[in-house]
Amino acid sequence: MAKVPVQFTLNGSEKAEFVDSGTTLLNALRDKIGDTSPKGGCHQGTCGACSVIINGELRLSCLTLAETCNGAAITTTSGIAEGGVLHPLQRAFLDTFATQCGFCTPGMIIAAKVLLDHTPNPSRDEVIEALSGNICRCTGYEPIIQAVLLAARANSQNAA
Amino acid sequence: MELRKSYFADVRKDDLHEIGQPRPRSDSPGHVTGKTAYFADRNFPGMLHLKMVRSPHHHARIRSIDTSEAEKHPGVVKILTAKDVPHNVYTILILIQVGPEDETVLADGKVRWKGEAVVAVLAETERAAQEAAAKVKVDYEVLPAVFDMEEALKPGAPLVNEYHGQNYYLYDSGECRKVRFGDVEAVFAEADHLLEQSYQSSPIEHAPTETTGCVVMPEGNDRFTCYTNTQAMFFTLDNTSIILQMPGSKLHFVGGTVGGGFGGKVDVIVEPIAILGAKLTGRPVSFVYSREEEMQISSPRAAEKVVIKDGVMKDGRIIARKVTGYTDAGAYSRHSPYGAQKGAGHYPGPYTIPYVWIDTYCVYTNRTPSSAMRGFGVTIGDFALEVQMDKLARLIGMDPLEFRFINAYRDGDMKAHRQPTEGAALIECMQEASRAANWPVAKKYMAMSSYVKGA
Repeated sequence: MAKVPVQFTLNGSEKAEFVDSGTTLLNALRDKIGDTSPKGGCHQGTCGACSVIINGELRLSCLTLAETCNGAAITTTSGIAEGGVLHPLQRAFLDTFATQCGFCTPGMIIAAKVLLDHTPNPSRDEVIEALSGNICRCTGYEPIIQAVLLAARANSQNAA
Repeated sequence: MELRKSYFADVRKDDLHEIGQPRPRSDSPGHVTGKTAYFADRNFPGMLHLKMVRSPHHHARIRSIDTSEAEKHPGVVKILTAKDVPHNVYTILILIQVGPEDETVLADGKVRWKGEAVVAVLAETERAAQEAAAKVKVDYEVLPAVFDMEEALKPGAPLVNEYHGQNYYLYDSGECRKVRFGDVEAVFAEADHLLEQSYQSSPIEHAPTETTGCVVMPEGNDRFTCYTNTQAMFFTLDNTSIILQMPGSKLHFVGGTVGGGFGGKVDVIVEPIAILGAKLTGRPVSFVYSREEEMQISSPRAAEKVVIKDGVMKDGRIIARKVTGYTDAGAYSRHSPYGAQKGAGHYPGPYTIPYVWIDTYCVYTNRTPSSAMRGFGVTIGDFALEVQMDKLARLIGMDPLEFRFINAYRDGDMKAHRQPTEGAALIECMQEASRAANWPVAKKYMAMSSYVKGA
């Protein structure tokens, strides 16, 4: 099978790999590069566990071909803590008990980060809308919604 | 979190330092940073991928299996059939003396449900394994199948599972689990009202976000490390040891991190065959359910049917209850005989009923084998019982919550299975529920207590 070169930045570091044509970004990140924070729950674009940020936009890495990511800036949950300090969303997920099995958590945090990057002070309905592509089978969603609202409040206090 | 310490203040020790205190979860920091290692986060060089050839029929005899075309497919390393499995017929609960062994790791001579594993294909890539699996030719003679529990119990119904000899599980108490507490029929004759209703449920899939699977690494000394998301580590270790006829000391299981289970990952399905593949090829093996397999192949909560007949007095006392429960095990036992047995213990409900008669059947059909899921065997029963309670209250024109206060068991009451009630606290829960839901009940019920001094 033809190998194709792909180069992008992942959480700020440059990556260059040869992948089989047709490899998903999810598999390239997990199996080639070793960033296992995006999870493969359904591999068909319905569970949201593999969510990543590509050039500022929320994307499902299981439906994105690695070879289409040349030159892109990609962010995953493993790369959003800075200097050993948790991102406000990570802190909020901890503080509100918004994780149980943890499998959906990285995707949830990424979806929430894209929301807060575009809408720093979202309403509850906006949070629900932003997380609607991410399935969680343990929490019943309420603690997750609370975590995102808590992180948003922390954001607005920092800005003030 | 609020603890109501006013209840049972005189009987409860209050020197607890951990219970009632919020504590951070030890695994959350790993979860929020994406560092928690699930089984599929291990990727070993040279890892093979296992895909299953599954039965397209609900019930069929296997005339022949031809793997010759599949073996020639590029990337295929090994193909396994029933004859490769050292102890191919097993049952999960054999470890706690629940037999007979009734399920095959890979189908041998017959398939009993649509989706049953027949042939395992190990290949260099997932895609090669999938393509080769499609080339395996299995010649089936389709047999009549049965999908309905009542049909399965009728004389002349197709026999689902020869290891049982009949379409129900044979308990030591006979064809069903039984509870007998007094002469129910005689007491029914004295009741002011009788109400007989039947309730039934469909199978329910757990749909964990992480699908079932494992990754096996041969350690090179005939010892194997199996990274798995099982919820039942020791059942899995011990059953694998039996199936592969290998001492447990050769099997190193690593688990404890489960991406959603809800009971759906307590069966021993993926590990034995993946370890066998690693043993026969000397290479790491990954066997992971696709989402489609997870939804169609993994064992759901059993479908159940519950028939409840109650005798009730005008003053609200239930004086007799007769329950017949049916649990649809599907084609194999897994945890269902245990689920049906739990139902037998549970159907009196949290109520003190002086005359009780219960039969629960575990029935075999040509459906996906059912197994554990969150309170399996009792949750559907609870739904049925509580709907029945509402209907009984309506029948005698009584408030449904007050009706429950009258029948709620309290400390010292004898339960139908002859265990005296201890630490009930049901009255207190209902009092709190009454306040929280703003559903007022008469003062005399708010003055009641579950705790009976000296009981």
